[in-house]
Amino acid sequence: MKRLALIIVILSGGLLLYATKDFPSWGDPTSPASTHVSPRYLKKSLEETRVPNVVTSILADYRGYDTMFETTVIFCAGVACFMLLRTFEKRETDHYYRHVPTGITIHIKGQREIPIESKEFEKIDAIWTPYDLIINTVSRFLVPFIQLFALYVIAHGHHSPGGGFQGGVILGASMIVLAIAFNLRTAVRRLGERIDSIMSALGVFIYSGIGALCVLLGANFLDYKALAQILPIDRVAARSDGILGVEIGVGIAVMAVMICVYNNVASEGRYDEGL
Amino acid sequence: MIWQLDLAILTLLIVCAVAAISVKDLLATAILFGAYSFMMCLLWSIMAAVDVAFTEASVGAGVSTVFFVAAVFRTTRRTKD
Repeated sequence: MKRLALIIVILSGGLLLYATKDFPSWGDPTSPASTHVSPRYLKKSLEETRVPNVVTSILADYRGYDTMFETTVIFCAGVACFMLLRTFEKRETDHYYRHVPTGITIHIKGQREIPIESKEFEKIDAIWTPYDLIINTVSRFLVPFIQLFALYVIAHGHHSPGGGFQGGVILGASMIVLAIAFNLRTAVRRLGERIDSIMSALGVFIYSGIGALCVLLGANFLDYKALAQILPIDRVAARSDGILGVEIGVGIAVMAVMICVYNNVASEGRYDEGL
Repeated sequence: MIWQLDLAILTLLIVCAVAAISVKDLLATAILFGAYSFMMCLLWSIMAAVDVAFTEASVGAGVSTVFFVAAVFRTTRRTKD
């Protein structure tokens, strides 16, 4: 059976390789893709949208509808992860606490817990890795810079590679670094589950809200030119600012979904003990 | 495009891909998959698709590796087959 599968895979792979011979070669200026619509975008993008990075202007303006549903797909992935993994049952294992002034570890059997508000005691994971000064200090020092870089990527997507998706992923990764270096509870305390869920929906809402605002102003859906009526800028700059607005929406949604997926996967949906 | 560099990256890409599906240790598979994504990212940037390369580096090599490691941590490290 395994050998049969291998033969089928090799055959279909060979057919695919054979079919690629009919594709136009890489960077061919006479191929249909580079003669039909691409030249128009390359010529008109800068004067129509004032965005030097053509990829950004195509993704968020000319093909804004596609990107809106990509963001919705990311949101759906987060919702699916939540629905599949999140449980509200208490884990039936023992609890471990560390007495902060003395450093003594306490092991409590059964369901009893020390209240979370207690300043003296700190809850620790069952598989507890000792406090590591280097990892904690470096991650604490690095996280603000990662977040600053992510904001730069989102805001500077007009001029350089990057945009909402990449910046959002980096923003989410900064919180994941925090969760790995300390523990999951530290990261959840910084950005709680409720706020995280609201933000993932808010990102999609910002994107579609800007589109709906254009409709209310009398233009087509996601036609950012109409925003010039309410913003003190001309119609070309309005398209550039509309792209920035939707990129911010994408960034917020992607960040929140990445954190949601990580928290659910790493803690088996219990939000107590992470990686 | 330097063809020697291209060939070296393509070879590493295929090695990573074959290794990722043949290794029994799933944690190793997660790391190999990250390496595969990074090679793919280099290929995209050689082909001057910088935006795609950036996405591949952040999503493929970065966050999805973390997701795989978290999933392996919560399930099992060895494959059944």
